[in-house]
Amino acid sequence: MLGYLLRRVLAAIPVMGVVALVVFLLLRLTPGDPAAILAGDNATPVQLERIRASLGLNEPLYVQFFTWINKLLHGDLGVSLISNVPVVKMIGQRVEPSISIAIATIILSVIIAVPLGVIAAWKQGTWIDRFVMGLSVLGFSVPVFVIGYVLIQLFAIDVRWLPVQGYKSIAGGFGPFFERLVLPTVSLSFIYVALIARMTRASMLDVLGEDYVRTARAKGLGEIAVLFRHALRNAAVPVITVIGTGFALLISGVVVTESVFNIPGIGRLTVDAVLARDYPVIQAMILLTSLLYVAVNLLIDVAYTLLDPRIRY
Amino acid sequence: MAIETLPEPSIPIASPLRPRFGFFTSSPIIAVASLCLLIIVVLSILAPWIAPHDPMQLLPALRLKPSSEQFPLGTDAYGRDVLSRILYGGRISLLIGFGATVVSVAVGLLIGLFSGFFRWVDAILMRIMDGVMAIPAILLAIAVVSLSGASVFTVMIAITIPEIPRVARLVRSVVLSAREEPYVEAAISVGSGLPKIMWRHLLPNTIAPLIVQGTNFCASAILTEAILSFLGAGISPETPTWGNIMAEGRAFFQVKPSLIFWPGLLLSIAILSVNLIGDAARDALDPRMKQREGGK
Repeated sequence: MLGYLLRRVLAAIPVMGVVALVVFLLLRLTPGDPAAILAGDNATPVQLERIRASLGLNEPLYVQFFTWINKLLHGDLGVSLISNVPVVKMIGQRVEPSISIAIATIILSVIIAVPLGVIAAWKQGTWIDRFVMGLSVLGFSVPVFVIGYVLIQLFAIDVRWLPVQGYKSIAGGFGPFFERLVLPTVSLSFIYVALIARMTRASMLDVLGEDYVRTARAKGLGEIAVLFRHALRNAAVPVITVIGTGFALLISGVVVTESVFNIPGIGRLTVDAVLARDYPVIQAMILLTSLLYVAVNLLIDVAYTLLDPRIRY
Repeated sequence: MAIETLPEPSIPIASPLRPRFGFFTSSPIIAVASLCLLIIVVLSILAPWIAPHDPMQLLPALRLKPSSEQFPLGTDAYGRDVLSRILYGGRISLLIGFGATVVSVAVGLLIGLFSGFFRWVDAILMRIMDGVMAIPAILLAIAVVSLSGASVFTVMIAITIPEIPRVARLVRSVVLSAREEPYVEAAISVGSGLPKIMWRHLLPNTIAPLIVQGTNFCASAILTEAILSFLGAGISPETPTWGNIMAEGRAFFQVKPSLIFWPGLLLSIAILSVNLIGDAARDALDPRMKQREGGK
């Protein structure tokens, strides 16, 4: 187990290396002078020189790369070209809303999607099954910002149950925090519910035909116990996997949701950075989210061994 | 000879050429989805002839007007006709969706074929693909667009890049299993050239999974384009695309929500139709999946 863990962590290093290389080359391989691209059309020579100096663009490429990597490994993600604030600090200030939305979405989606998927598999071929699967295709197809605005119109403008936009930190009390978290979380959950419900159903269908399910039924267990205690446990691995691979979806979803609901999280930070061509921030966000994605999927691989004692590495 | 008397195979042989026209009428849902998509495509193509107004024409005196005979869906914040903008918007959204699909399948296919066939390039190519796959697609796309400037071409490339590794991995896995088949070994042993082996024996195996992957990606490419425009990181805002119309509508959402709902509805229908067709294509091309997924 420990050996496996070590191998997996080592295998993540080249992946992150490629991510870093892609991020690094993205700016340097774009046709034209990188400093001019970042500074925009009305830049003065002084501004250009400042950008060149701050990104080390006057050095040879390989020197730039290794200097940059060295800084990264020491936790230095650079300084914003716009506000001159260290990127680490900017991200730190904006991370709470994004994490709140992401965690709330995962919890809500799993609570809704897993029972839906189980029921759809149990009632395979009936209208319930078709209804759940129809909902799931719909969840995949309607963009999160369209869902977001429909929900705002319905629940914040028409009936005024919830605030339209914004975010309140949990430090200021749970009520206002929760109130403003509901609509973004529900909007973002649609696609995740679709993904997880689909996978739960497919995985349950594989398992429901197994001998141990028949045995469980034969010894007189109730359907609930058969489905959730015997079948779902065995169907869990693919479901957990899809939660991990769907994590990338969640990250893009957070970016869009924060724009719809005007939430000052890291998604909004990224979009603002892109619009202002604040490359150090963009770079840092791509690196961090990729690292997070790799880490989440690594954790999930490890979780397999806890969920399924048959899996040994 | 007895060849004519051989019974029909009881299991239909999955052939990519089999579902031709009949596929689109095979179930009511697919028929409706295909029809919706067809209507949207036709409306977009015919936009210059059927749009009542010039989608770029500014009429500041007629800002945010409600529906009227002259402007069936009203006007936007600059006095432009919303219906005309939506009709024209479909062109860009669909063009980028289909274009990105074709390019990503073509490039991914090439990488996948080589990677599956040559062990020495495989290790390097797949590590690169792993790295690109770890970057969230939207972030990579907005970074590419913001650096290279927004045009239809750069947006298409930006949407294509994150998808290439997924296609390449799919093709590679098909090639890896196909190259162990006796007919490929036989072709190698009789001295068939590499291009011939790839073209005649490996490529046909990849068609069915690529159709499925391609359709699903097409839906997500249309969506990604809309997201990029919506975030302000897509094609320049005066160009009508569904995402741009919605992005401009954000500021006036409480005054005129239809600026977001109409393009949002068309966008959703287009994506839904493509997704439904993709799911049906998967069921039709892979009978095992149909059994597993239980026919929707």
